[in-house]
Amino acid sequence: MREAPPGLQLRGDFHHAGQPLFRDISLGIEAGKWTCLVGPSGVGKSTLLRLIADLDTGGEFSGTVTAGDERPVVPRVAYMAQTDLLAPWLDVYENVVLGVRLRGEAPDRTRAERLIARVGLEPHRHKRPASLSGGMRQRAALARMLMEDRPVALLDEPFAALDARTRSEMQELAHETLRGRTVVLVTHDPAEAVRLADHIIIVSAAGLSRYEGLAGDAIRAAEATETLAMQSGLLRILRELPQ
Amino acid sequence: MKRRVIDGLLSACAALSLWQIVVWLTGVPSFILPGPVGVLRSLIDNHALIAENAGTTIVEVLLGLVLGAAIGGATALHLMISPMARRLLLPLMVFSQAIPIFALAPILTLWLGYGMISKIAVTVLMIFFPVVSTFYDGLRRTDPGLLDLARTMGATPMSTLLRLRLPAALPAFGSGLRLAAVYAPIGAVIGEWVGASKGLGYLMLLANGRGKVDLMFAALFVLAAFTVLLHASTSMAARRMASWAKETDGSGI
Repeated sequence: MREAPPGLQLRGDFHHAGQPLFRDISLGIEAGKWTCLVGPSGVGKSTLLRLIADLDTGGEFSGTVTAGDERPVVPRVAYMAQTDLLAPWLDVYENVVLGVRLRGEAPDRTRAERLIARVGLEPHRHKRPASLSGGMRQRAALARMLMEDRPVALLDEPFAALDARTRSEMQELAHETLRGRTVVLVTHDPAEAVRLADHIIIVSAAGLSRYEGLAGDAIRAAEATETLAMQSGLLRILRELPQ
Repeated sequence: MKRRVIDGLLSACAALSLWQIVVWLTGVPSFILPGPVGVLRSLIDNHALIAENAGTTIVEVLLGLVLGAAIGGATALHLMISPMARRLLLPLMVFSQAIPIFALAPILTLWLGYGMISKIAVTVLMIFFPVVSTFYDGLRRTDPGLLDLARTMGATPMSTLLRLRLPAALPAFGSGLRLAAVYAPIGAVIGEWVGASKGLGYLMLLANGRGKVDLMFAALFVLAAFTVLLHASTSMAARRMASWAKETDGSGI
C-alpha cells in the first residue's frame, strides 16, 4: 500500500421512506484500525457502510463523509459483501483482476498470482466460482479486494454465511492481509466483533454508542477466557437494547 | 441427449400412427389429406425439386437469423447506452410489433423485389423484437451487488456495460436466439408466399394450387424438420455461449 490509511468521519441525517433512520449522527473511524459496527438487523449498519462508499441506499442522506486528510474518500475504498459478488463467468484469476480490467488498465499478473497464492487459491486459479466452496469464494473475494490495494476496506458481513471453522480461518486471513488499512466491519456476531475489533460501535435505534469492554490487541484468541468474557459483555449490552 | 432423441422419435411415431389411423378411419381422399406413406413417396419422388427450394429457404433463414440477431443485439446495447433511444425507440418497437407481419410482407416485396432480400427482411423483422426484448431485459437485470462493486472499483459506464452487464445477459440473449430460431423460418415462408419463384413457401403454394397436397405436405415436413434442427443447434450454441449459467428443470419441484 502506497499511502497512509485515512481516518473517516460520517455526520448527518438519514431518512428512509420519509422516516428518519439516523438523526444528527456522528461516526468516527480511526485510521489504520479495525472498527466493528454491531447491532440488531435493520438498524442501518449496512447503510452506514454504503454511505461511506457512496453506494445507493434507497434513502436520503444529508450530511458529509470526510477523511482525516481531507482528500476524497470514495476512490480509496474497497468493498466486500456477504455474498462473494464474483462474476460467475470468470475464473478466479479474472475475478481478482476485475477492477483493473473495469478501469481499462493492464493487470499486474505476478501481483495477482501472488495474492491468489496468499489466500491459498493457487491450485484453483482457473476455476469458476460455481466449482468453489463458499469459503474459497470468499477467499477469492478477499484476493480481489487486496488487488485493489485501497487504504480503506469496507466489509459488510463477509463471513456470515461460512461455517464456524472456515469463518475463524477467514477472520485470521483477513486480519493478517488487511493489516495497516482502515477497516470497517459490519457484523451481527459479537464473537466476530470481539475477535477482530480495535473499536466496537453499537448501532441501535437509539443511535451510536461505543463498547468499552475491549482489552488487549486484535486478533484475539477465540477460545481465551478474556475474549469470551468480552463477548458475553457485548451480548448483554446488545440484549438490553430497546427494540 | 440420447434420451431426448429417443423421446423425439417416440412422439414422432405416435403422431404418424395417429395420422394414418385418421386417414383409414375417415377414408378421406388423398387430395384432401394424404397419409404419411403417400407423403413419404412424394418426398422421395420430388427430392431434387424439394432440395433445390429448401436450399433457398435455408439460406434466407440463416442469413435472416444472423442479421436479425446482430441488429437486435446492437439495438439492445444501444438502448442501454442512450436514454434518448429508450424514449424514442421502445414505444416504436412495441408499435411495430403490433403490425401483423403479413401486412408488411407485400410492401417489403414491392420495395425490395422478388428475390431473397425481401424474404431476409421479413425474417429479420420477425425475430427483431424477441431478440431485442429478451437481451435488453437481461442487460437490465445484472446483479445489483456486482454493479455496486464495479462502482467502488471506479469502473467507467462503458466497461461496466461490456464487461459485466453484457456477459451477465448472455443467458437471456440465448433465450431470445432460441425463440428467433423458431420464428425465422415462419418469416422466410411468409415472404415467399407473398411473391417468390423459389423456396419451400413458394413450393407449398404451387403444390396446393395444383392439387398436389402430398407434395405440399412433403415440403411442409422438410420445413418443420429444418426448424427443429435449427432450434436444437441454436440451443446448443446458446448453452455454450453461457456455459457458466446453471440450468435447472422442474423435476425437483
